[in-house]
Amino acid sequence: MNDEGVIDLVALLRTAGLAVPIGSVISFVEAVGLVNNDVRSVYWAGRATLAHSPAEIELYDLVFRHWILGTEIALSQSPITKSDQAIIADDEALDSAQKDSADVETDDVAVLRFSRTETLHSADFASLNDDERAEADRLIATMRISAVTRASRRRRPSRRSYGTLDLRRTIRESLRTGGEPLQLRTLQRTRVPRRVVIIADISGSMASYSRSLLRYAHAAVSAGAKVEAFALGTRLTRLTRELSTRDPDKAMQRAAGSVEDWSGGTRLGEGIGRFNDEWGTKGMARGAIVVILSDGWDRGEPELLASEMERLSRVAHKIVWVNPLKATDGYAPLARGMAAALPFIDEFIEGHSLDALDRLSAVVAGGGARPVRSMSVLQRVEVN
Amino acid sequence: MKPLTGSLSTVSSSLPTSVQEVVVGLADNGYMADEGLATAIFLALSMKRPLLLEGEPGVGKTEVAKTLSALTGGELIRLQCYEGLDAAQALYEWDYPRQLLHLRAAEAAGTIGSDVAAVENELYSERFLIRRPLLDAISDRHEVAPVLLIDELDRADDEFEAFLLEVLAENAVTIPELGTFRAKVSPIVIITSNRTRDVHDALKRRCLYHWVEHPDSEREIAIVCSRVPGASHVLARQVALLVAELRTIGLFKPPGVAETIDWVMALTALGHTEIDVASVDASLGAVVKYREDADRVRAHGISALVDAAQREN
Ligand SMILES: Nc1ncnc2c1ncn2[C@@H]1O[C@H](COP(=O)(O)OP(=O)(O)O)[C@@H](O)[C@H]1O
Ligand SMILES: [Mg+2]
Repeated sequence: MNDEGVIDLVALLRTAGLAVPIGSVISFVEAVGLVNNDVRSVYWAGRATLAHSPAEIELYDLVFRHWILGTEIALSQSPITKSDQAIIADDEALDSAQKDSADVETDDVAVLRFSRTETLHSADFASLNDDERAEADRLIATMRISAVTRASRRRRPSRRSYGTLDLRRTIRESLRTGGEPLQLRTLQRTRVPRRVVIIADISGSMASYSRSLLRYAHAAVSAGAKVEAFALGTRLTRLTRELSTRDPDKAMQRAAGSVEDWSGGTRLGEGIGRFNDEWGTKGMARGAIVVILSDGWDRGEPELLASEMERLSRVAHKIVWVNPLKATDGYAPLARGMAAALPFIDEFIEGHSLDALDRLSAVVAGGGARPVRSMSVLQRVEVN
Repeated sequence: MKPLTGSLSTVSSSLPTSVQEVVVGLADNGYMADEGLATAIFLALSMKRPLLLEGEPGVGKTEVAKTLSALTGGELIRLQCYEGLDAAQALYEWDYPRQLLHLRAAEAAGTIGSDVAAVENELYSERFLIRRPLLDAISDRHEVAPVLLIDELDRADDEFEAFLLEVLAENAVTIPELGTFRAKVSPIVIITSNRTRDVHDALKRRCLYHWVEHPDSEREIAIVCSRVPGASHVLARQVALLVAELRTIGLFKPPGVAETIDWVMALTALGHTEIDVASVDASLGAVVKYREDADRVRAHGISALVDAAQREN
């Protein structure tokens, strides 16, 4: 293997979230020079020098396969077809869904589905080329989040036969039937959507997923949902204001501009602590659906993350953790941060594709995560 | 302060020169290593870096160091870690009782009054130094690199790790009263951990790393046959298969290789050349050490386990 190969592999490992200090790279190069020049030997040399725990070995294995199959992956990208018509059709579907939901009082408000080619539907955001990316962005812009509702103090007339008796309406209508109250009228509490708080990890490995999620947040904000968004890198940055502009591209640029550390390391525990202190426990997270996007690779202490997650879980209605790595073959949440956070999470879902964002919508709307349909890049390669 | 020993050099003539040589060399000394472990060992030897071995208890981590010592001819120096292990136990200590005796003797001889400094110098000389494993491993008495085994590091405290990192980084130890001790031949360092807690990143980075898995059945059969020469091959095979199955049923303490060996030994001593339900039931204690685990195995069904192991033949 040449030096370029080494650099490629190391870059891929770093993108996947493995900390590879320069000292380890030097060791790796030295080790490769000492063993045979075949794939197995290079594999073991890399493993002994670059991975330092079972979790890291798991990640190393995935990335190594990815690296060896690199050329095939480039070839396996399938073309995308535009689907403008489908989007229009689905806008109609949304309208009728909203009509339905006005009639039927449920916690699970129907969410917009959108059609597109299967490939783009399930493709990993990190694997998209520029054209596909643009198409995916456009599709995200059409997505709608309807958060699960909570009862407010206000009451309004209801068609249900149970609930608090609406005496005024019952009497008024009974006048028409000669004073006989044929039908009891009831009152229902008004329901208001819960606030959705999105905290997106923007460290190197998460960048492309976070961008998509923030676009998703933008779509939600412009549709009038109560959404707050934060970017979490080496610091925590509130992006809500940036996401309320009309033009998603400008909003994204402004969001990127106001975040200084698009690809530094993450200190999850510290960041979530900052959120708790400055916003969360003061009311923003109270009763809210908190969506955290991260691979769970925390550069800080796992104990801190656990205690901050616990604080958050005490005020939030629901914590949804979106982990793009969950879509990769055989992923078990072994990252230390992920393991520390897990006990406080209500829903654990992937966030690597349009499909996955769709599932996120379902979860935010009050449904459970639906079964996984999509395949990761690696799995697709194996199929080919 | 004077340096006590000469410059660093390593006697490397006896070291393996390829991964394959490591495999063969270990096998000659009774240890069956797979390619991954052999590569990690080969690289650690060649790159003169400590090797951190992590894995479940009983997968053969400690045995690696013992076998390496047999293979290279380097003396095995073992530091067993435990909670509260400190520098005095790991590195060196002054022999206070003997120092005191010496002082009394000097007093009796009347030499103290005249030259306090000289007496003090004498007290803090190598005569009264107790060398613990870490200092011993870098002492200049070794012609062949010793194998320093730091066993079950996860049992020691964090502070000990920090201290160990320092010693490993320097390959030298400074004793204020005596000066700096530096290895003539740098030791081969094997660190093991059962991973009851995480070893610090800084220490990990200094080491090459290998996660030791339970051997696959073929390797385990080979291990058993080499360790229990009198055992029937059929028995070794059946027991290895049965143990592999036991590792998957969620026992509190899954059996390691040592338990497989013990079990085959016990059954062989009882005159068995094959397993059957009665003998497995009677000797279960050799392989599962907790009552809860034994209950679990019985609930799982011994006859089903035995059937499966017999069928594989
Ligand atoms: N690969 C192997 N080859 C030969 N013997 C082995 C092997 N692995 C384990 N053993 C045997 O298993 C026993 C337990 O191994 P040990 O090194 O004490 O485990 P650990 O240190 O991982 O807890 C040793 O006494 C050794 O005889
Ligand atoms: Mg041991």
